[in-house]
Amino acid sequence: MTTLMSTMTVPFRLGVASWLVPLRAGLVALAGLVVLAVLVALDLALGDFDVPVADVVRTLLGGGDPGQRFIVMELRLPQTMVAVLAGAALGLSGALTQTFARNPLASPDTLGINHGAAFGAVAVIVLTGSSGYGGGLVSGTLQEVGLPLAAFAGALLTAALLYALSWRRGIDGQRLVLIGIGLTATMVAGTNWLLVKARIQDAASAQVWLNGSLNARGWEQGKPLLYALIVLVPVSLLIARTLNVMQLGDDSARGLGVRLQVTQLLTLVAACGLAAVAVAAVGPLGFVAFVVPQIALLLTGGSRPPMLASMVFGSVLVVGADLLTRVVIPFPLPAGLVTSAIGAPYLIWLLLRTNRKVTA
Amino acid sequence: MTMSDVQASRLRSESVTVGYGEEPVVRDLSLAIAEGKVTTIIGPNGCGKSTLLRTMARLLKPTDGRVLLDGDPVHDLSTKDVARRMALLPQSPIAPEGLLVRDLVGRGRHPHQRWFSQWSPEDEAIVETALEMTDTAELRDRALDQLSGGQRQRAWIAMTLAQDTDLLLLDEPTTYLDLAHQVEVLDLVSRLNRERGRTVVMVLHDLNLAARYSDVIVVMKDGAIVTEGTPNDVFTPDLLATTFGLDADVLACPRTGLPIVVPVSSAPVPDTLDTVELADA
Repeated sequence: MTTLMSTMTVPFRLGVASWLVPLRAGLVALAGLVVLAVLVALDLALGDFDVPVADVVRTLLGGGDPGQRFIVMELRLPQTMVAVLAGAALGLSGALTQTFARNPLASPDTLGINHGAAFGAVAVIVLTGSSGYGGGLVSGTLQEVGLPLAAFAGALLTAALLYALSWRRGIDGQRLVLIGIGLTATMVAGTNWLLVKARIQDAASAQVWLNGSLNARGWEQGKPLLYALIVLVPVSLLIARTLNVMQLGDDSARGLGVRLQVTQLLTLVAACGLAAVAVAAVGPLGFVAFVVPQIALLLTGGSRPPMLASMVFGSVLVVGADLLTRVVIPFPLPAGLVTSAIGAPYLIWLLLRTNRKVTA
Repeated sequence: MTMSDVQASRLRSESVTVGYGEEPVVRDLSLAIAEGKVTTIIGPNGCGKSTLLRTMARLLKPTDGRVLLDGDPVHDLSTKDVARRMALLPQSPIAPEGLLVRDLVGRGRHPHQRWFSQWSPEDEAIVETALEMTDTAELRDRALDQLSGGQRQRAWIAMTLAQDTDLLLLDEPTTYLDLAHQVEVLDLVSRLNRERGRTVVMVLHDLNLAARYSDVIVVMKDGAIVTEGTPNDVFTPDLLATTFGLDADVLACPRTGLPIVVPVSSAPVPDTLDTVELADA
């Protein structure tokens, strides 16, 4: 059954255009969307003041009474949407880096890209900190433009270092991961240095942010995420075809007409951009980009992490974490701790499995 | 086939010098690949045979000289343009876990596809032909890592066939295969050459297989060509001694008349069957 399912692809042709649609990946993504819709509805319905799910749907469609409208549309929807977008961005970013490195260990969290973005963002929080304690948020233009840009710069700087240091007549996934671990440590050290130097209010504010929190996130954080996704999702889908070929090794890829450096650069920039905007919005939510693409791969059964399904399940995980920290757990907890609690055991399991495969 | 056909060459290197670091691995080498033939490059380890093949495939850029494909320097052509005319099977290609044979072969269509045209009826037909030519059609829904070495290599060759090029470059296509699978793969190569008119350039280690399957043998040593010609012309005890440092007899195969290389060894020859059995006991 599973083998039959995984072999099903359907040609889709329209005039001169033609695609080969992987049926199982499509079904998995659809199922994920259903789960996501349920979680989003619950996330909007539950909280200090519960709104019945039916009323939530009615409110979203333009009905509902003013009180419900205020709670759903003003208080909860922005934060939920940020969770959806950040999860999608992190999921896609992880799918890109894992495919690029041909290694499930390579994700923006393990390669230091998230920490580079965090370093950039903390620099903005700490160095511009005039607003007093802001719970990890700075305000206005700085939040909307400055933080994502600084995060992107930090992510890009880390990625550039990563690429330069691990390039030896080609990129080897194993070396990439090892150098990424080193860069992670460097970026964490840099961030800690900033925290030590900072005023105590700014440091406390940055610390909350560093745990990865969805609390009080709104359109200010959501807009840069949305713009980045609008640009980078199509880019990612366009390079997917080339990434498929690049999985056959550098020589085969070039033999098949791939411009290797261009594609690698494009992939890395897209992955960095997605990780950076997500980190700028909600902090370095641990392990989402790491664990989600592999779970999606397990479900779709292809040869590389699926992009659309990774986005959907990224959103599922982050919205789920938001729901869990806001509603289920009786005391306030940053969502990043929940995602890390899910991701870290998976990392250990993955390392054990890899080890066995090598020694077997 | 007329003489001019034999002389014609779509792929040639002109005074190519190429290396990985400071020291060149191949020096001032010129070679014209005979059209419609199977050309095999042989030579001792480190002689630069793979480097030459990789340079001709546009994977390495010569520091001096040039490689011409249909008269154009390959490094002036786009990698896609080259991939539409010349297919390469690298030495140790890698495939992700769980990749299906038909997906691998389908990827051979990459240089012919665009983002909006990723599975045209033509793509489908050519992949189908490639699967049939290599007898991998029944394996299409199997994962590559579930196949035997010979089957896997046939699937990889099917991928290069899906590129639909007249020129086929194979870098040690029989490495890590046992003898039966080596023959399986090389029989396929020979069939592609005879029945489909593919021009084949390959690097091989095994001298007897090179002699059996090649129209032209190119012998390299220290980054230069020592000699080239038909197997019967090239394989002499003298050449094996000077190029490979190998003391060997060259016999004629009783079945084909082609040369067979038998190394001469100083190890004692067991006298009779009895002594062998005794030694085992």
